[in-house]
Amino acid sequence: MDTEKQQIQVDEGFAEVVTLGENDPLLLSSGEFLSPFKVAYKSWGVLNKDKSNAILVCHALTGDQYARGKNPLTGKEGWWPKVIGPGLPIDTNKFFVICTNVLGSCSGSSGPMEINPATNKPYGLDFPVITIADMVSAQVRLIDHFGIDKLYSVIGGSMGGMQVLHWAVDHGERVKTAIPIASTWRHSAQNIAFHEVGRQAIMADPNWQSGRYYEKETRPHAGLSVARMAAHITYMSERSLMSKFGRNLQDREKLTFGFDADFQVESYLRYQGISFVDRFDANSYLYITRATDYYDISARFGGSLTKAFEGTAVRFCIISFTSDWLYTTQENRELVRALNAAGAQVSFVEIDMDKGHDSFLLDCPEMFNIIEGFLAADSEGT
Amino acid sequence: MDIDHNNHRESDIRIDLLLIANMIPEGARVLDVGCGDGELLDYLRKEKKVDARGIELSPEGVKESVAKGLSVIQGNAEEEIKHFPDDSFDYVILSQTLQAMDRPDKILEELLRVGKRAVVSFPNFGYWRVRLHLMLKGKMPVTKSLDRPWYRTPNIHFCTIRDFVDLCGELNIKIEKGMAVDSSGSKMSIKYMMLANLFGTQGLYVLARN
Repeated sequence: MDTEKQQIQVDEGFAEVVTLGENDPLLLSSGEFLSPFKVAYKSWGVLNKDKSNAILVCHALTGDQYARGKNPLTGKEGWWPKVIGPGLPIDTNKFFVICTNVLGSCSGSSGPMEINPATNKPYGLDFPVITIADMVSAQVRLIDHFGIDKLYSVIGGSMGGMQVLHWAVDHGERVKTAIPIASTWRHSAQNIAFHEVGRQAIMADPNWQSGRYYEKETRPHAGLSVARMAAHITYMSERSLMSKFGRNLQDREKLTFGFDADFQVESYLRYQGISFVDRFDANSYLYITRATDYYDISARFGGSLTKAFEGTAVRFCIISFTSDWLYTTQENRELVRALNAAGAQVSFVEIDMDKGHDSFLLDCPEMFNIIEGFLAADSEGT
Repeated sequence: MDIDHNNHRESDIRIDLLLIANMIPEGARVLDVGCGDGELLDYLRKEKKVDARGIELSPEGVKESVAKGLSVIQGNAEEEIKHFPDDSFDYVILSQTLQAMDRPDKILEELLRVGKRAVVSFPNFGYWRVRLHLMLKGKMPVTKSLDRPWYRTPNIHFCTIRDFVDLCGELNIKIEKGMAVDSSGSKMSIKYMMLANLFGTQGLYVLARN
């Protein structure tokens, strides 16, 4: 590859959608098969000769493969611009970085919005219910497609961290290091409860049409918007909501004694909801929240988290945030203790930040330093 | 008044490093409880090829350890050690941390539950300059390394070498090796306890289960 082309790949990356599993169907957790299926990904940097410098970045619930650079669908900057790039913690001068759109999502990978090759119509609810393990199985196929035997690291925040842990447990021999951030080892009753509110909001929207709205003029935007609003509250801490908005009024001097958005926080949430529906598919939201609800890394091991990691050779670096009440430090400690009991090599840091669960997406130099230090130390062959 | 307790990291860690490193065999499984920035673990890993793990309270210490490629978890040592299975390690190190523990007796028992042996070093409050300071000034010593007044120090449970040996006896812990270190960093035998307890600035012990 000439140096000019290499530099473009390091800086701007390369995006593509590959069709996989045509002759080799993907067996899903439900027992169903998916064939063929599409994986949309973006990559940055250059894969080295012995294919040993690949890092897989896993996105969160409503994220996508556009972690760095402009997202062509929204026109907005990627979601991890200060983490991935030349000279940044995940250094694209050094590593070949891949980010895939997860199965069931709506940025090009197979999901309910995509065309079902069997019917030539959008899948809708005919798309099989998928799990985090299935998302990872699809990523494994992409890694096979690249001819990569072992990933240097798998890293991701929130639902991305769930994928990281599935990589370590289900495909441990193909991962050197794992960095789950602001994540958890299973969805709690409270986590499931919040997701159920969101799903019910979508399904209560008359425009949802049992998931067959793709052929209609209208979309279940109201339901999806409410789902996003409810979820968004869980991504922030009480303190960050209070310091950002307090009880401040929105463009008005006094209360209106009506149900308009009197408060700034209402206006903010409505905006979060409305802007979300333009970029996300309601059915995808159902599928992906379901996948996280089904997530419990200990389930296959009789509920023993320690057994899940027994004999693992993967090196872990686990990061949590003090103000994250969605996936708490306590849950991360449970994971760390299980890893220690399993004799795994694990580092754990709790970062003091008051911005809630979404801290991992924000400007957090402490997190940047830890990722950078962990990746660099390991690459020196220690 | 400057009392040298020999736990002054910059200048005296080398003594700890060397003395502790000498006690740990090649390739051992080692847990350093309160590992700071990971300096000792890093040294042990390089010099003795040990399987190194650490627990550290300060996020800064953990961060520096992680950047050295060490596996270190952030947390309270007395809480986190409880979650390690029995016999997880060949050696558990408690270097200059005993005096900061809520229950030094319990931690010693925990060290010897998760490790076959424990290496414990601690500042000796029986050192003559400490005694002199207390006698002449009638005040708790504040030094370069122990630089906080009594009400703000994390070092809440000071002991003398004699106290430590007594505690080991009470807990039925076997002392495999023991020494005092004087202010010049030289090893002193504890054959003559009175002298060791007077001239040793720190105690250094290898413990095992009886």
